[in-house]
Amino acid sequence: MDAIAIISIFTLAVFVGFEVVSKVSSTLHTPLMSGANAIHGVILVGAIIVADHSKTNLELGLSLAAIILATINMVGGFVVTDRMLEMFKPKKTGGEK
Amino acid sequence: MSTNLYSLIGLAAGVAFILALKGLSHPKTARRGNLIGAAGATVATLSVFLYVTPPRDGSAAHSLPLNHLWLILGAIAVGLIVGVPAARKVEMTQMPQLVALFNGVGGGAAALVAIVEYLHLGKDATTAEVIFTVFTVIVGCVSFSGSIITFMKLQELMTTRPVVFPGGRFVIAGTLVAVLGTAVWVVNALGTTPLLVLAALALLFGVLFVLPVGGADVPIVISLLNAFTGLTVAASGYVLSSTLLIIAGTLVGASGTILTRLMAEAMGRSLFGTLFGAFTAKPQEASGSAEERPVRSGSADDVAILLNYARRVVIVPGFGLAVAQAQHTVRELADLMISKGIDVAYGIHPVAGRMPGHMNVLLAEANVPYDQLAEMDEVNPTFGQTDVAIVIGANDVVNPAAQTTPGCPIYGMPILEVNHAANIIFLKRSMRPGFAGIENELLYDPKTMLLFGDAKASLTKVVSALKAL
Repeated sequence: MDAIAIISIFTLAVFVGFEVVSKVSSTLHTPLMSGANAIHGVILVGAIIVADHSKTNLELGLSLAAIILATINMVGGFVVTDRMLEMFKPKKTGGEK
Repeated sequence: MSTNLYSLIGLAAGVAFILALKGLSHPKTARRGNLIGAAGATVATLSVFLYVTPPRDGSAAHSLPLNHLWLILGAIAVGLIVGVPAARKVEMTQMPQLVALFNGVGGGAAALVAIVEYLHLGKDATTAEVIFTVFTVIVGCVSFSGSIITFMKLQELMTTRPVVFPGGRFVIAGTLVAVLGTAVWVVNALGTTPLLVLAALALLFGVLFVLPVGGADVPIVISLLNAFTGLTVAASGYVLSSTLLIIAGTLVGASGTILTRLMAEAMGRSLFGTLFGAFTAKPQEASGSAEERPVRSGSADDVAILLNYARRVVIVPGFGLAVAQAQHTVRELADLMISKGIDVAYGIHPVAGRMPGHMNVLLAEANVPYDQLAEMDEVNPTFGQTDVAIVIGANDVVNPAAQTTPGCPIYGMPILEVNHAANIIFLKRSMRPGFAGIENELLYDPKTMLLFGDAKASLTKVVSALKAL
């Protein structure tokens, strides 16, 4: 990919990243950290690509390990964030979880 | 699937991540935001199975399905089997260390991807590609080993105090120089051995970097390592020509940096002070006589009487509440007081517990409406009109030493000024100091009453005593 395009994407993403979380209340710091943590689990996509490209058993083994770790990061991250957020309710809803 | 379609799906997933972070910034939209993020990640993952990325050497992409398809699916299944139950079963108390662990494995995955990618890099690889790959290996390894250490600290598998050894800062500086030196070697020599040496040194650096960080500062480090992992993902995106990875990684890197700064601000210290404070902190003053100093301890009945005649009560929860799983009992007490016409608020310190917002999560679990939760700036001016402040398993976040004792490790951290309330009740397990390991003068204050025991058991007794009045 062309370097200028990449630098443009990177720069704009930095600003978006700063902007979207600049005014978050401390109430949501933990779920936000956890959610952002789940998002970088998309390295799974990269792990699958390198597994597909693997030519030796060493490469394949390392890629598969990366896939396992990335899946844990991504899926575990989203599930745990959802569990935290499930409990945020604006008013008493009466029913226990 | 065409290259354009694949790229557009990647872009859509990137947009989903932006919406996810945006949604996560507001309580009303947070859950939906997280689900949008999960949907984006799922779609992106599925799209990789329908499009073969051309290999780096310029040869044509093979046709579908992917090579090693079943092994790849098997590895994902293993990840699901490990990750989902861990995420579903974890107690709210242990949430911070699980997030640290997830972040660590993400960093490890990024480092492994970079190592494999490095093995693929041919002679025609550009210097930029090599540098980005090396960057990912270094930062991914630091994030991995650093997160494992934070996990061990939070899980109390090792001491929570800063670990400082003689000449520590020189060892750390030396390791950093060695990491950078090896990186230059790898970029020039392009061998497998230099890369492995580099990975080992980076892992060591991650350990050394986190060891001196103590107690209450650990969450800030988790957030920082989270941002690091984001950056490694962005760098992998460059090497793998994946717009999606660049967008997602950069978003996490940028938002993680802001979040880290917000957390550090909440603790009233610079990021530099958080990371390297242990080396410059003066040794604590001896407090050997502390055990023998008189404290006023009371019974559940004494506490109930005090509460019964109060007009305004502020509840200050801390990690002890989480340990005792007392969030439901504390809500019961608050509801009972409200039904008696007492004005009740929860005073939430941003870093109470082991993670910013930890208390909010915990109280939300007990269905405490979040409009009863008051943030520090909101609740501090009201302590002057507060009859009783109940501190449940918190210590450092109400320690006036942060305002009065220059040189103590938490000096400068904003605190909940419960010392301005007319009466203070501490629910504590013992006289042991808090996570930061500092003596709290407030415990010896004449207007303080201590109720010793497990927070949940104590609260249950207070609730029944208050009902009987």
